Amino acid sequence: MNKIKSLDDLRKMKQNMAGDLSIREKSTNPEKMIQIRVAMATCGIAAGARGVMNAFVEKIEKDKIPAIVTQTGCMGFCYAEPTVEVRIPGKDPVVFGHVDAAKVEEIVDKYIVKGELIDGILPVSFQTIEEHENK
Amino acid sequence: MAEYKNYILVCGGTGCRASRSSELVEELNKQLKIYQLENDAKVLTTGCFGFCEKGPNVKIIPDNTFYTRVKPEDAEEIVKEHILKGRKVQRLLYLDPDTNKHISDDKHMEFYKKQVRIALRNCGFIDPENIKESIERDGYAALGKVLTELTPEQTIDIILKSGLRGRGGAGFPTGKKWAIASKSVAKPKYVICNADEGDPGAFMDRSILEGDPHSVLEAMAICGYCIGAEHGLIYVRAEYPLAIHRLQVAIKQAREYGLLGNDIMGSGFNFDVELRYGAGAFVCGEETALIHSMEGKRGEPTLKPPFPAVHGYLGQPSNVNNVETFANVPIIILKGADWFSSIGTATSKGTKVFALAGKINNVGLIEVPMGTTLREVIFDIGGGMKNGKKFKAVQTGGPSGGCLTEKHLDVPIDYDNLKAAGSIMGSGGMIVMDEDNCMVAVAKFYLEFIVGESCGKCSPCRIGNMRMLEILTKICDGKGTMDDLYELRDLAHVIKDTALCGLGQTSPNPVLSTLDNFWDEYVAHVRDHKCPAGVCKNLMEYHIDPAICVGCGACQRNCPADAISGEKRAPHTIDQSKCIKCGTCREKCKFGAISIQ
Repeated sequence: MNKIKSLDDLRKMKQNMAGDLSIREKSTNPEKMIQIRVAMATCGIAAGARGVMNAFVEKIEKDKIPAIVTQTGCMGFCYAEPTVEVRIPGKDPVVFGHVDAAKVEEIVDKYIVKGELIDGILPVSFQTIEEHENK
Repeated sequence: MAEYKNYILVCGGTGCRASRSSELVEELNKQLKIYQLENDAKVLTTGCFGFCEKGPNVKIIPDNTFYTRVKPEDAEEIVKEHILKGRKVQRLLYLDPDTNKHISDDKHMEFYKKQVRIALRNCGFIDPENIKESIERDGYAALGKVLTELTPEQTIDIILKSGLRGRGGAGFPTGKKWAIASKSVAKPKYVICNADEGDPGAFMDRSILEGDPHSVLEAMAICGYCIGAEHGLIYVRAEYPLAIHRLQVAIKQAREYGLLGNDIMGSGFNFDVELRYGAGAFVCGEETALIHSMEGKRGEPTLKPPFPAVHGYLGQPSNVNNVETFANVPIIILKGADWFSSIGTATSKGTKVFALAGKINNVGLIEVPMGTTLREVIFDIGGGMKNGKKFKAVQTGGPSGGCLTEKHLDVPIDYDNLKAAGSIMGSGGMIVMDEDNCMVAVAKFYLEFIVGESCGKCSPCRIGNMRMLEILTKICDGKGTMDDLYELRDLAHVIKDTALCGLGQTSPNPVLSTLDNFWDEYVAHVRDHKCPAGVCKNLMEYHIDPAICVGCGACQRNCPADAISGEKRAPHTIDQSKCIKCGTCREKCKFGAISIQ
């Protein structure tokens, strides 16, 4: 592991990660990778996020979908846990709420494979720092 | 590829559903069929758009048109005009009250998105167990900037100018705190992160630690550089196993990358962080008690001064900040003090994270700019009251805070306004209550919590709160007198004025604020021996209406106290001396014959 020895090192490292390093490690063409992020804070886990994450891992393995499943923190939609964000390259990220095993099938089969939106989307109800600045 | 050219997103949040959004979905589907567009457009139900006031909301994609107050009768026009002919239905677009113009794109709707995520910027976005994702989102860039380009004084100046105030609740200016600690000459010094989040129903700090631990570590290192400390300690409660795990992973990764340890980024600055576990005592959120607990002593507060900045952990100068305060620091360094202070009100800058809980539709973790009103938080972001009940009160600030009522709904949230209204900002717990909550019982609940959590060091808190709890219990049992109410108020003021630490000084707040705002409810308990909300068991009686009762015997069979008697097919009666007011009979009655009086 290379230690970061200066601010330049850090900046270089940041640039090298245009996209996402964890994806690069797993794939040769990361720009085509689909990311599935499961909200895994205590609230999500309590609502069954671990099961959902496992269901995604099994499903994409079975259907040979070029996607990776990762965890993330609390998205804030506690009323709709477990929540999952799907990022398809070239499209806006979409968050789905109340995800269970059946919904996992539907998300993969319809949204990821066919690009068709399905019920249960959670509209993004906040601004990021960048959006706030550009307003 | 997508098969549909258009999607019609209809809000399926509870607020919109109450104004017939499900009927709207049916009607839209019907119209799509009539115009033979069912293969071109698809209707979807979504979660809450957070604009419940103007619901039902409809959004058409891909052109991002946002319609408000859409009725089922409008379905045909939307399908015919928008989907078929591609023309926006002007009259359904959102009307900007300032310019009086219709706005079609939700990105331009000033107050559609009421939340701005600053402290939560990476929460729910990055993988918290992967430092690379944090670095990709500018993690440790602020630390690098500070170490290579700024002096400690310049850095403190940025924080000071940004107007950042302590997010733990008291709202002390963070820059000032750092400046004081930096002036202490003794070495070593310590940076302490207070992650002892103890308010019932609050989980802001936990979510930040679980979702973005690196921001906190980075900010602690920045603070260390500013005040001249090489050691950081995070006091985190043992009840947060996932937060602890993620912190451990984050600390390990930061050390591996040389972002914690010796000679960080070639600057000669050394800093490392360790964890200390708290056993979950509420008083340990008070900084002097927290420090004692970390030293292995009893978690009891001591009198200030001396402040921790002079005499803290192991008697050395220490700077204690809350998790959320730290989470704001890196982004302030990167974006500048002016950027941060442009958000918020005159005296409170930036945003505040709230854990929205209680009788509300969209419970969750939210972050709003200071100055947002309680109404916006509860009715727009929170999606309004559950089951269409009436809003009664909102409790902010946990056991140290107070209950605010309808008349406070339009108060812009900031430290000073909430204090003036009789509550406090606190760490950010926000519990919404409806007409079914008894405010006397709520005050009693918080006092029970305080009595259990009081460390017992000073008598006003140890004995005074116990006496208050006894009076409240008496009132809830229907044995209170009017004198008790006056005594309660006197006692509350004495405790407030004489208790040793923040816990005791603020513990009467729930009682005082409910006395002020819900005096009638207290009087009803005392004078009329009635609990208007039907919560206090000893003040209510279950009665069977003989006109409705058919004598099925369901209540009798299920009564655990054998308090119900009656012949078959004849009206039953409840023996009040035996009744334990469990409510089982009322639940079991299929005819609605049993009521509370």
